[in-house]
Amino acid sequence: MFAGYSAGELTAIFAMQGFAGLILFSVFVLMALGLAIIFGQMGVINMAHGEFMILGAYVTYLVSHAFADYMPALFSFYFFVAMALAFLASGALGMLVEWGLIRHLYRRPLDTLLATWGLSLILQQIYRSVFGAREVGVTIPDWMMGSLPLTDMIEVPINGLFVMALALGISVAIYLLMFRSRWGQQVRAINQNRVMAGAVGINTERTDRLTFGIGCGIAGVAGSAFTMIGSTGPTSGQLYIVDTFLVVVFGGAGSILGTIASAFTISQAQSVLEFFLSGSMAKVITLLVVVGILMLRPQGLFALKLRK
Amino acid sequence: MSIHQTSFVLSVEDLTVSFDGFKAVDGLTFYVEPNECRVMIGPNGAGKTTVLDLICGRTRATSGSVRFKDQELLSMREDQIVLAGVGRKFQTPSVYEDLSVFENLELSFPRGHGVFGSLFFRRDAEVKDRIQEIAETIFLADLLDEKAAFLSHGQKQWLEIGMLLIQDPELLMLDEPVAGMSVAERKKTAELLNRIIDHRSVIVIEHDMGFVEDIATRVTVLHQGKTLSEGKMDKVKNDPKVIEVYLGH
Amino acid sequence: MQIDRKTRFLTREEAIYFGLLAAVIFLILPLALDSFRLNLFGKYLTYAFVAIGLVLCWGAGGILSLGQGVFFGLGGYAMAMFLKLEASTPEATAIQSTPGIPDFMDWNQITALPWWWEPFNSLAFSLIAVVIVPVAFAFIIGVAMFRRRVGGVYFAIITQAIAAILTILIIGQQGFTGGVNGITDLRTLKGWDIRTDEAKEILYFVNAVLLFACLFAAQYVRRSKLGRLLIAMRDQEDRVRFSGYDVASFKIFVFCLGAAFAGIGGAMFTLQVGFMSPTLVGIVPSIEMVIFAAVGGRLSILGAVYGTLLVNWAKTTLSESFPELWLLGLGALFIAVVMFFPNGLAGLWSEQVMPRLRKLFAGRGAGARPPAAPFPANSASAPDSPAAKAAAE
Ligand SMILES: Nc1ncnc2c1ncn2[C@@H]1O[C@H](COP(=O)(O)OP(=O)(O)OP(=O)(O)O)[C@@H](O)[C@H]1O
Ligand SMILES: [Mg+2]
Repeated sequence: MFAGYSAGELTAIFAMQGFAGLILFSVFVLMALGLAIIFGQMGVINMAHGEFMILGAYVTYLVSHAFADYMPALFSFYFFVAMALAFLASGALGMLVEWGLIRHLYRRPLDTLLATWGLSLILQQIYRSVFGAREVGVTIPDWMMGSLPLTDMIEVPINGLFVMALALGISVAIYLLMFRSRWGQQVRAINQNRVMAGAVGINTERTDRLTFGIGCGIAGVAGSAFTMIGSTGPTSGQLYIVDTFLVVVFGGAGSILGTIASAFTISQAQSVLEFFLSGSMAKVITLLVVVGILMLRPQGLFALKLRK
Repeated sequence: MSIHQTSFVLSVEDLTVSFDGFKAVDGLTFYVEPNECRVMIGPNGAGKTTVLDLICGRTRATSGSVRFKDQELLSMREDQIVLAGVGRKFQTPSVYEDLSVFENLELSFPRGHGVFGSLFFRRDAEVKDRIQEIAETIFLADLLDEKAAFLSHGQKQWLEIGMLLIQDPELLMLDEPVAGMSVAERKKTAELLNRIIDHRSVIVIEHDMGFVEDIATRVTVLHQGKTLSEGKMDKVKNDPKVIEVYLGH
Repeated sequence: MQIDRKTRFLTREEAIYFGLLAAVIFLILPLALDSFRLNLFGKYLTYAFVAIGLVLCWGAGGILSLGQGVFFGLGGYAMAMFLKLEASTPEATAIQSTPGIPDFMDWNQITALPWWWEPFNSLAFSLIAVVIVPVAFAFIIGVAMFRRRVGGVYFAIITQAIAAILTILIIGQQGFTGGVNGITDLRTLKGWDIRTDEAKEILYFVNAVLLFACLFAAQYVRRSKLGRLLIAMRDQEDRVRFSGYDVASFKIFVFCLGAAFAGIGGAMFTLQVGFMSPTLVGIVPSIEMVIFAAVGGRLSILGAVYGTLLVNWAKTTLSESFPELWLLGLGALFIAVVMFFPNGLAGLWSEQVMPRLRKLFAGRGAGARPPAAPFPANSASAPDSPAAKAAAE
């Protein structure tokens, strides 16, 4: 199957394919981190996670238009504003949803799953009514266009690099938040013993709301980043939900490092397979292997050992 | 050794379990004779519940051996251990809240335990009579059609004991059967336990020393996963090591 | 007071409810609807097979599968493969470059029938496959998951992933499966044209009879000790295990039973609607089937049938006239059922309607138990009870 390629070409192909895998990895990380926080720390299954992402994407779309219309001079930088607004919008919606819906269902995880699915349908319809059924795209600022030639055969797209940098930045930020901030400490305390955490004066309700909000906000940032590499439609969110859940479960719920490692494994496997097989078969095989491993090792790659 | 093996109901030898390096039970050895009532005492976290978990297969041992009559329990599945004749009561009462007292007892009746056995299980006179009999023993004869959710804490404990009785295990393991009971309930339970520990071997975990003196044939004191002292109640009670770590406060 | 604790197959009230449903399905719908609408209701009823299975798995056993579409699809595809082969005689497909194979294979440059299609030339094999293939698949999933004690949300997510995988696979392997369009243009069953109005009417009744067979099977299960064990497992899995039951085998059994029901439903879908496609297999149809059961009442097998009819009828009516409203309505339905009516229609009936009717006809109300909620619900408040608190100390 390698006949016809020279050694140099093969290296280039693998390098490019590996780079494509890295972009996919960054995308998975961005998608999965918010979910991992919500699922791992609160045990809540948020089926509307994809729709929170899409909200971020639409916010970015709106901001790019606002900049183009009113501040064309600053257009190169609109993306940073958009990202912040996407975080705020998705986070605020998340807190609202936690207050109205999720907090009533903490003891019923399966019901949460159904209710948030309902929420995702409603959000999709709202997006369709507001933004139309067609996919929308944003104009990427000039500095993000084009690619960086590494050698004369290997080129890397700048927007891909940007997404990767973003994934890295957000991972570090979450890590710091979880393990260095007061909120993170409270979240971890609640996760270990809710009653006790409440008893020592942690406002568990507020912390839950904030956690859910932050998880959704990160989804919004992920959506914002997506606009750099693809277009957005009302149902785009649903395309990712299964992959995202598998990434989180495969990584071992509750473990941020596990989520990142699992995103890496799955994305690399998928993009390498994609080179040899059709896209759909690559995906089928990747997902099958993940599901198969999960059947053998249901606790995921990096499970925490806890007494039940 | 081999002389004893058949005469003991349960032989626990060198039993060890380690949770991420922490040995909750560490090289424990003890033997239970037929019709013996063995009481296990020890401070909180000594590993008492864990020992029962290991015997009934709820927790997998790291090493050692647990022989019940002539079977090695450590390689068996929980339900197989139960069907071999080992019954277990949990520390917190666990009954089926959504089912009636009658149905709770019925599910422990020793027949129809496979998928198809339970699909074609008949509620015949034998079943009903046995349930009636047990219900009288556990003071719940008038509440047979009540949902278990409506029982008091003590009544739930009794119901769980009844579920074990109907199973008729050769070895019965009870984890703090009188904890959380009122004085009156406690007395009734002691009476009940005295009646049911006849004709079978029992391992009881209990903190209530009065109660322990009442029922124990022999006592094992556990401390940090190891046996601190073992023997008749009087001997153990006067053991200075026991007084220091457990009784002395 | 001597109480007779006989386990009856049907109590008197349940018999009345079964009779009522039979009247609706066998008399009222066929008399009230034209043959187009009747066929539509026949299609809805094929989803009810899935909903009944979900009541057993999810309502009783606490096992929520978000991949029931997989089993519906496997049953449906088994049937469709047989019908497609019958429709692809060498004469009927003479214009193809390879006559005698299904048209979509020919379009995808496949020149011989794949070996695994061959057995579907036999009706007997296909009918057996309708049940056996989904059951075998469920068995494999069940053994892998339940033996390792995977349950709850993990099970839900993994079954959902399986539904996604199967859909991608079917769509990707166009040449073997008909791809995204599915297997279409099905005509005759052993020479009997299934596209005529009479044929559709007959199929409606065949479907109804099969549905009642499944209802009776489900009723038998929930009346048996196995039914009570499922509830016991949902609430206190460890206690069941330490009463000497191999918990996993019971879960595998209901999961397989649900898959068998779904497979039959899928086959009847193919026969009545005339095609099978991946749109009935994936995540979205699978989770919609859960909402059918939830609306009817996750604890009631009869409720599940009514729920299925109602939601689908609403879907058809609403999406004909207000397509935007439908998705909003469906989303709201998911939320409302979970938040406000966890026991669905059956719960409303037994908790709200029946007590009022009883008051109205005071003196005549005999049975004290609400019959429409045959499985006791999860007592959510239990962990808060003072007794439990005392025990925790
Ligand atoms: N699965 C587990 N993983 C980690 N640690 C465990 C596990 N099971 C038990 N332990 C630890 O083992 C020790 C012994 O616990 P165990 O419950 O057996 O004590 P106990 O003697 O029954 O105490 P009590 O009197 O409070 O009931 C405890 O420190 C407990 O935290
Ligand atoms: Mg204990």
